[in-house]
Amino acid sequence: MHGSSDVSLQLTDIAVHYGAVRALDGVSLGISQGEAVAVLGPNGAGKSTVLKAIMGLAPVVAGEVHWRGRRLEAETHEIVREGICFVPQGRRVFTHLSIEENLEMGCLYLGDESEKRRRLESVLDLFPILYDKRRDLASQMSGGQQQMLAIGRGLMGAPDLLLLDEPTLGLAPIVVGEVFAKVREISNRVDTTIMIVEHNIKGVLEIVDRAYVLDKGRIVHEGTPESIRETNILTDVFLGRIQPDEEGGGRTDGA
Amino acid sequence: MSHLAQAIRELGDSGPLRRMPRANLERIATVLVLGWAVGFMLWQGAGFTITLTTIFAIWAILAVSLNLVVGFTGLLSVGHIGFFGIGAYTMAILASDASYDRLRTESIPTPDWPFFAALPVCIAIAGLVALGVGVVFNRFRDDIFVLVSFGFAIIAFSFFLNLRELTRGAFGIHEIPRPAFGSWVLDGEIEFLIFALICLALVVLICWLIVTSSFGRVLTAIREDEEAIAVFGYRVTHFKLAVWVLSAMMAGLAGALLASWTSFIDPNSFILLESMLLIAIVILGGLATIWGSLLGAMAFVLLEEGMRFLPFLPPEFVGQARQVVLGVLLVLLMLFRPQGLVGRYKL
Ligand SMILES: Nc1ncnc2c1ncn2[C@@H]1O[C@H](COP(=O)(O)OP(=O)(O)OP(=O)(O)O)[C@@H](O)[C@H]1O
Ligand SMILES: [Mg+2]
Repeated sequence: MHGSSDVSLQLTDIAVHYGAVRALDGVSLGISQGEAVAVLGPNGAGKSTVLKAIMGLAPVVAGEVHWRGRRLEAETHEIVREGICFVPQGRRVFTHLSIEENLEMGCLYLGDESEKRRRLESVLDLFPILYDKRRDLASQMSGGQQQMLAIGRGLMGAPDLLLLDEPTLGLAPIVVGEVFAKVREISNRVDTTIMIVEHNIKGVLEIVDRAYVLDKGRIVHEGTPESIRETNILTDVFLGRIQPDEEGGGRTDGA
Repeated sequence: MSHLAQAIRELGDSGPLRRMPRANLERIATVLVLGWAVGFMLWQGAGFTITLTTIFAIWAILAVSLNLVVGFTGLLSVGHIGFFGIGAYTMAILASDASYDRLRTESIPTPDWPFFAALPVCIAIAGLVALGVGVVFNRFRDDIFVLVSFGFAIIAFSFFLNLRELTRGAFGIHEIPRPAFGSWVLDGEIEFLIFALICLALVVLICWLIVTSSFGRVLTAIREDEEAIAVFGYRVTHFKLAVWVLSAMMAGLAGALLASWTSFIDPNSFILLESMLLIAIVILGGLATIWGSLLGAMAFVLLEEGMRFLPFLPPEFVGQARQVVLGVLLVLLMLFRPQGLVGRYKL
């Protein structure tokens, strides 16, 4: 485990309820500066809700989020300024805006035009494909390119922590590889802390340092990619063999 | 019958009109409407041209400002006429001739302000009411928003009609003055027209600045995916409120112009139907295009005034006939060209 001093984001006993649906039920997890962490789990496990809870976009009914040692209790717009950016599931680029205008949406609150340009250049530098098409409408891009745009738009906020929700969803296998390579590049080259939700388990375990397995709103496993590959925790979870309702049920801490 | 329906559906789905590139159709529509306008004006002479263009200026301010909300931001408001009425009534109450009003039964308190003293107040009050209403409306989206904006138009109308101590109710308010610079009163029709066109130009300029700025791009993003834009730390409600208030202020300006131009207003100018016609203009012209709203307003005014000259149409039916024609046009256009004449989006 990591020492709590270098933990940059810490969730403690977070519960999120959508009416009667308990999307998250006492989730605690942490991520250290510079780390890349995956959140895995079946459909409806609450993976997206974890990210939304961090961004202030989900109805958190209990628990605390700490960011760099301070309690994070802000609204979304303040959280973005604190250096956390979110790339939501399903790309959600603005098809009636150009690539450049889409990117601009990632940091419009910045008054400083030169800083904006600097960020734009660095993102276009990271994604040559966006540079070539920067004046085109986002609707004219392929799915993979739109996903790159969505990630680039998230990076425009110059985040210290980037939250990625299923960035490879619905992409062809070769494009999936490209997206993972980019995420790894962001993690290494730009030195951004990354939390990534993925269904493509094999691929994502290659690029992260650690992973959490989520099932029915609870964390059922936490460990290194090796520990996850070694145990059959994922098959258990995906086949519904784990009963998280039992206290601590199925919790097999790895590493 | 089913063949006809089939044919219409085919025309609608893949017809040449729907596929025609925007630039081409924009050119054709522009030439048609302007040609129609010029021809009509040449035929009817200068006096008529001035009247027609003044009506156009007022409706164009309404249409362009409404498009800011409906087209650019994606909030389908049918309550715009309420702000138009607030502007008109503010002008009427503040500026109408007090000596004249005292002669009447049920007189209302009028401070007898000059036009230019009242004008900023008209705009400000429309904006303030929009702010109050907007704070509440911001909770609603999509169809519910349409309904509550509908409610606003009805409430505004019933205020105009029933707040008799202030509005004289159905009697209306007379003797509303024309703009005056010192002793130079714009009581000539041509002078007023120029003033109205200057106001329109200002409104168009402001709208153009808004929609081409990054603020305008956020509006486009809100229109497209409100939740996605919130993720980047935008307080969507603030943006929506800002554009809503600005648009209402422009409608307030249009109302003040109308009151001053006609010198008399009563609640009938602000019925819900007028709001519907306004929406029809915006949709016909095209969502999210300023030029489209100008064309739409021009076509509407030509249609409305033009029908007075149809020899077989008794004058008392002109009002109804224009509604029917506009309704039919709207249905046809939605069938064949859902993005409007020169618009970029479907509703
Ligand atoms: N806005 C909402 N209103 C009501 N229930 C919701 C809402 N969002 C999520 N839920 C519920 O919360 C639970 C967790 O949803 P979440 O989107 O976090 O799942 P997920 O793990 O991201 O699934 P997926 O892999 O399908 O994206 C689900 O049962 C879902 O139905
Ligand atoms: Mg999800």
